[in-house]
Amino acid sequence: MGGRKPRLPIPEEELLAPGHRACAGCGSALCVRLCLKALGKNTIVVTSTGCIEVTTTPYPETAWKVPWIHVAFENAAAVASGVERALKALGKDDVTVAVFAGDGGTVDIGFQALSGMVERGHNVVYICYDNEAYMNTGVQRSGATPPYAATTTTPAGKVWRGEMRPKKDVPRIMVDHGVPYVATACVSFPQDLIKKVKKAKKVDGPAYVHVLCPCPPGWGYDSSETIEIGELAVETGMWVLYEVEDGEFRLTYRPKERKPVEEYLKRQKRFQHLTEDEIEEIQRMVDEQWEELEKLAEK
Amino acid sequence: MGETEYTIGAVVREPGSTRRNKTGRWRVFRPVLDEEKCVGCAKCFMFCPDGCIRPTEDGFEIDYDYCKGCGICSKVCPTDAIEMVMEEEAE
Repeated sequence: MGGRKPRLPIPEEELLAPGHRACAGCGSALCVRLCLKALGKNTIVVTSTGCIEVTTTPYPETAWKVPWIHVAFENAAAVASGVERALKALGKDDVTVAVFAGDGGTVDIGFQALSGMVERGHNVVYICYDNEAYMNTGVQRSGATPPYAATTTTPAGKVWRGEMRPKKDVPRIMVDHGVPYVATACVSFPQDLIKKVKKAKKVDGPAYVHVLCPCPPGWGYDSSETIEIGELAVETGMWVLYEVEDGEFRLTYRPKERKPVEEYLKRQKRFQHLTEDEIEEIQRMVDEQWEELEKLAEK
Repeated sequence: MGETEYTIGAVVREPGSTRRNKTGRWRVFRPVLDEEKCVGCAKCFMFCPDGCIRPTEDGFEIDYDYCKGCGICSKVCPTDAIEMVMEEEAE
């Protein structure tokens, strides 16, 4: 580089310190680092139990440079509701309250607290970092594990072919709760992610952002490939980037030509057992979902 | 843990105190930046999960105290300006 200060496409300030224990190449740690850039310093963070909680706060240390609280696995949204009401009572209306919870802490264990929080309309930015299984305890399936993914509790054999249930569509469930801002994102598209979190922050009321975060040990790929794997998820249509503002659906990224899902699946150990027929079935599911979303986008 | 004095509510008062833990020890491969090849696109800075790539007055620097050697920066660099080198060979 010719001796000039580089121009940065995203804010420079780091609010997550290094030294945290997330695995090399962790998509979820990257998600938190990027989201904090969007949320800014004046934020109180609540985290449920999960990868990010255990890796960023090994007592007596913390990686967070903003006030942070963890209570339990199931109640991040309830704690955030309380923090938000306390700030309101104190007349502090310039502080953002944000939740970081994994897929386990969101779609399974923390779901009722999340449902209650959005029903009551608390002004909280809820961010789900979705690595599609319980990773820090050893890759057990969650409600967000995609069909056919092998995990330690859904191993691939002759009868069971990995996860046999659909991925629980929590963003859509949030839309049905009437949440004013719902978005999906992926760490491989950082500017899109930051834009969405900034929008979520501005909303008066609850906002929900669901971020796909590739996981090297859990999904089975080299730590250097996190960004590529996330890109492939989006380019194949396995993960769709969209936002729903006051009920209005908008695709925020449309692949020029959707790549075959095989290109995504073949790169990961959790899908290595798949037969050609099974890959075709996943392709069909993705095609159907894409068609449905296209219709929504046209409305 | 015998040495640790526990605070009430397990409160940690020092923000960003994981800096005490130098995760650079984890590294097997070290990312080495060739400043001649760097075009300043900042992709390495954007995608580092550990915030180990920082902008300087005339480019970028890599913080080897904390870099875990994941290799993301090398992979996303459009001009192959970052090479992963075996740690022993780099020293």
